[in-house]
Amino acid sequence: RRKTMMNADLRRERAAATFQPELLTHILDGGAERTRRRKEIEALVLNDPDFQHEDLNFLSRSQRYEQAIRKSSLMVMKLREYGIADPEEIYWFKSFVHRGRPEPLDLHLGMFLPTLLTQATPEQQDRFFMPAWNLEIIGTYAQTEMGHGTHLRGLETTATYDPATQEFILNSPTVTSIKWWPGGLGKTSNHAIVLAQLYTQGQCKGLHAFIVPIRQLGTHEPLPGITVGDIGPKFGYDEMDNGYLKMDNFRIPRENMLMKYAQVEPDGTYVKPLSDKLTYGTMVFIRSLIVGDSARSLSRACTIAIRYSAVRHQSELKPGEPEPQILDYQTQQYKLFPLLATAYAFHFVGAYIKDTYRRISGDINEGDLSELPELHALTAGLKAFTSWTANAGIEECRMACGGHGYSRCSGIPDIYVTFTPSCTYEGENTVMMLQTARFLVKSYTQVSSGQRVTGMVSYLNDLSSQRIQPQHVAARTVTVRINDPVSLVEAYKARAARLVEAAAKNLQAELKQRKSKEDAWNRTSVDLVRASEAHCHYVVVKLFTAKLSEISNAAVRAVLTELCLLYALYGISKNTGDFLQASILTDAQITQVNQRVKELLAIIRRNAVALVDSFDFHDVHLGSVLGRYDGNVYENMFEWAKKSPLNKTEVHVSFHKHLKPMQAKL
Amino acid sequence: GVNPDLASERQTASFSVEKLTAWLDGGAEQTRLRRAVVEAIERDPVFSRENQYFQSQNERYEAAVRKAVHLQKKMHEMGWSHEGPESKYIYRAVAGDIAFLLHRVFMRSISVLGSDEQIAKWIPLASQYQLIGSYAQTELGHGTYLQGLETTAVFDVATQEFILNTPKISAMKWWPGDMGRSATHTVVFAQLYVHGKCYGIHPFIVQIRSLQDHSLCPGIIAGDIGPKMNFEHIDNGYLMLQNVRVPRENMLNKFCEVQPDGTYVRRGSQKINYFTMTSVRISLISGEAVTPLMKACTIAIRYSAVRRQSQLKPGEQEAKILDYQTQQEKLLPQLAAAYAFHLIDDYLQELFDRGYREIQRKNFDTLPELHALSSGFKAMVTQYCTSGVEICLRACGGHGYSLLSGLPSLYTKIIASCIYEGENTILLLQTARFLVKSFMAASTGQSVPPSVTYLAAAKSRKCPAKNKSDFLSPAIYTEAYQHMAVRLISSTAAKLQDLIQSGVKKHDAWNRCTVQLAQAAKAHCHYITVKNFAETVEKLESKAGIQKIMKHLCDLFALHGIFSNTGVFLHDGYISGAQMDMVTASYLDLLAIIRKDAVPLVDAFDFTDKSLNSALGCYDGQVYQRLYEWARKSPTNKQISPAYEKYLKPLLHNTLSKL
Repeated sequence: RRKTMMNADLRRERAAATFQPELLTHILDGGAERTRRRKEIEALVLNDPDFQHEDLNFLSRSQRYEQAIRKSSLMVMKLREYGIADPEEIYWFKSFVHRGRPEPLDLHLGMFLPTLLTQATPEQQDRFFMPAWNLEIIGTYAQTEMGHGTHLRGLETTATYDPATQEFILNSPTVTSIKWWPGGLGKTSNHAIVLAQLYTQGQCKGLHAFIVPIRQLGTHEPLPGITVGDIGPKFGYDEMDNGYLKMDNFRIPRENMLMKYAQVEPDGTYVKPLSDKLTYGTMVFIRSLIVGDSARSLSRACTIAIRYSAVRHQSELKPGEPEPQILDYQTQQYKLFPLLATAYAFHFVGAYIKDTYRRISGDINEGDLSELPELHALTAGLKAFTSWTANAGIEECRMACGGHGYSRCSGIPDIYVTFTPSCTYEGENTVMMLQTARFLVKSYTQVSSGQRVTGMVSYLNDLSSQRIQPQHVAARTVTVRINDPVSLVEAYKARAARLVEAAAKNLQAELKQRKSKEDAWNRTSVDLVRASEAHCHYVVVKLFTAKLSEISNAAVRAVLTELCLLYALYGISKNTGDFLQASILTDAQITQVNQRVKELLAIIRRNAVALVDSFDFHDVHLGSVLGRYDGNVYENMFEWAKKSPLNKTEVHVSFHKHLKPMQAKL
Repeated sequence: GVNPDLASERQTASFSVEKLTAWLDGGAEQTRLRRAVVEAIERDPVFSRENQYFQSQNERYEAAVRKAVHLQKKMHEMGWSHEGPESKYIYRAVAGDIAFLLHRVFMRSISVLGSDEQIAKWIPLASQYQLIGSYAQTELGHGTYLQGLETTAVFDVATQEFILNTPKISAMKWWPGDMGRSATHTVVFAQLYVHGKCYGIHPFIVQIRSLQDHSLCPGIIAGDIGPKMNFEHIDNGYLMLQNVRVPRENMLNKFCEVQPDGTYVRRGSQKINYFTMTSVRISLISGEAVTPLMKACTIAIRYSAVRRQSQLKPGEQEAKILDYQTQQEKLLPQLAAAYAFHLIDDYLQELFDRGYREIQRKNFDTLPELHALSSGFKAMVTQYCTSGVEICLRACGGHGYSLLSGLPSLYTKIIASCIYEGENTILLLQTARFLVKSFMAASTGQSVPPSVTYLAAAKSRKCPAKNKSDFLSPAIYTEAYQHMAVRLISSTAAKLQDLIQSGVKKHDAWNRCTVQLAQAAKAHCHYITVKNFAETVEKLESKAGIQKIMKHLCDLFALHGIFSNTGVFLHDGYISGAQMDMVTASYLDLLAIIRKDAVPLVDAFDFTDKSLNSALGCYDGQVYQRLYEWARKSPTNKQISPAYEKYLKPLLHNTLSKL
């Protein structure tokens, strides 16, 4: 009944849009057919009574875990029932079932099974894969330790081979070596793939993976020698039982070491693996997922904040007139529209990495690894760049919703706490930026020694010619046309080139002072991170701009061009120092850029709601009272609040226990 | 024992930590008093926050009520009063984790807005907790803009009563603390109607719950607004009024009164209202913004001295993460900011006290400046500290995300300060309005308040620095900040003028300049903060060890601001590209210098382990042991989860066999 009544403001906004949102949705999905299929799967999940439950905001952590486990087990069954096997379709299904939240089987499905496929021998696959596929075995992936994360060589867990019994003896020798954080470990799993330092014949052979049973099949009690549990409450991730694992002289058979590559023979002889570059592939894949996730999480937050800003009225713009929509305030537009443009930019970047990965993973299977280093370096930086930006952007969207953004009914707190750990997991962001920087410096060094480089870093080839012709740089200042995205790509390119060069030179200078290589690197790392950021920023502007020419519908292309310009110009206005210091732009041009940004805000204003509608998030998936498609915010906030746990009884128990006795006494 | 990695940090301090603590407290006597209060509270098991991270919303609320009730007893026992010197330390000691904070706002609003008779009637009842008060201003659909509130109070001459109503859903009172479950009374802000004429917003005392059994009064619908990002211990509430009648005497009538026949009388100046807002904004800076940042710095810096990761030198032990330049660049500027804002709080307090003395003499001249500064600094400091706390959280790797680190709850709490008591963007624009006005006045030679006289002063066009050490001169960088602030304010004022002269309506022109105006207001506050820090350091002469390290922190704060906003300093060529490279070099050098004193500098904040409530930030640095012990206490490890029997077991055994 209420559904038919759309808030008048939103209705007006939608009527005024200059393009058809569906067409843009198709572009985001990768074609009309993909959109149709996504909505089909969405309907399959959302209309299924098995996947309904109370609002998660009102449940305790333990109840949320319980709901998640319930839904996960149903999900696995139904995926097979429906015959959904395409990875992207599985992703959609899972995302609708769990509404974008993590779930306890994530590590089983996303790490345990794939690791078995890639690293287990055929014999091991026979033993473990089908039981794991049928969930008789539920596994997790235990790498991180309490005292060790990024630096894998620092891990302390040991697996010592005992030839007498043909077993590995696993130990957590110190408190810092306790496995800490793996998802699904705390309560759910009965097996874990454990990464440990392998010792055989008295020698350490480095990190290797072992399949370790941790709980008794049948009773689910921890096995003797295993201490396992939940690491306690976190910032979000309530439905996930991140866990700890301590092993004391725990023995597993020799055959439980994953031995497709490295092997330990019965007598303890160690056989080395052939190449370790292959593991890059998985990392690239997971990091590319995070780029896509940055785009989606930011899109959700933008959808909520922009729809709410169209519904919310506050203060006065013109004396005597009714309170305006807060979306009409320049400061509000300045908060939200650059983020909207960013969300689109990141969508296209995510799609690009996915496609590139798909393309070259074919080559990898053929044994051609030549493109992998660049893609690896690029995804490391882009993972950091997009997740940092999205993280800050989600918070900005929440703040733009004023006080109500702070209520969990807005849905943004949940998006934030679910997303924010991606700045840390799968590679801490600063470390990621420095990995990209290492590649940039290497490329720069190649160019300085006369070699040419290719791919996204090919702009470094121009640096040597610039040094010969100093007027070249000066000529740039006038060539930047601030209304032409292609010209802005050049400006970003020049900025990246300058910062890479500056960082590389500073590094050389430090090295000359006879410091150790590591020390010199450390003393340059702030510069190096800046160079990486500039490189990633350039890549994003370039990919967004490139996307424009692929769009056939004129109305859609026009609105995306506005967004692309806003993205590029806003980025300049936030980093004016870089562009001024390198003489890429003049003071006067910077003033123009700032002015143009504000003009674009006013232009994008009329399409703002349609642009978030194009993301096409279903209300159930969005999980926000403020961001509802129909805009009926206030009445639904009231309905939501009435369900709060504190409202279960009219007079709270605290009145009888504390308030009344005090009033009697005083 | 203390973790050797932390112990070694303390042996090399360049200054006396105890002396710095005393200086921060405003004297050794204050330190002694603070420690006594904190100890008395922390020794009392009722105030324990040990299980806080494991509690549900209901449990948090109940604990907060229990603590609030117990605190009354404790204060009586200890001979503390709300007006006494101990009061500010009590709040620090309970870490804000207590109910009835709005009860005090209720009392203050009666004291400020009520007549003598009203004060005599209500204040004793409230002090004795015969009633529990709240303060209901914000509505579901209306926040900042008071004129937009929709609740109505219609005077009924026949019965000499006001009839209060919530005419529509967006008019429901929403957010007031203590109102969802605890309060029996509240001050309701409503549009006053007499004989059909609207007189605007006025405050009314309304009883909402029975004093006997706490049930809702007739015509009242009230409850809790549901879970939030934090403040789970506070019952933020909603309130709907349906023909609720209160006697004529319940309108707070110090400044305006409705007489029995319905005649509306206004008396006195309402400027004092501004003064109340000003005082609230200034008072929250220290406790709600600077203290959480200090705590976050303490946790992150101590942890960074204990956490070892990767190698800096081949073959050596893994390095402390505090030794990485990128880690220093995240944390040390936040540490410097915590000191800078502690000092700005002192500055504002002093200004406020002076203003208060003037106002008592009925001189309201200082009010505009005070109002502008309190708005701007509230916005700037809460925003800066909020992002600082988040940087600290993310600098702790994965463990930062565990609630047991203490950082997530510090963060989710401090972010609320960017919204309450005035949304930050709106506050910056209030400051900007004052700045534009002052700039216009100054440029026509009129006199302006002391904090903005610099707008009229003659300025140099180029920064005189010749080498990187010149940028360690407070005169050089303070001047750069001043130049930047003047440029941003004057260019925005000029643009505003241009737009108006070109025929754009005033309000429209204002809206079109708001992005720049907010930036200008921030620049002004940033400049004052740097200037105040530099001047304070200069006055420190006698305390040599402290002055040296404070000078480093001041330099770092100032250069970090330039390093992170290079564009605004480069824009008109005041700082050249070559000079900017000097700034960067000087700034990075400072990180390595301050690194050596980082742990003593956070030790000086003197937080007890209980008040930090963090497994990562304890004084002894036994991080991993504690994290493990605390995690094992988690209810998820004690109770048997029903999930196993209900879902996991069928999953593992039967259900899937049919596939």
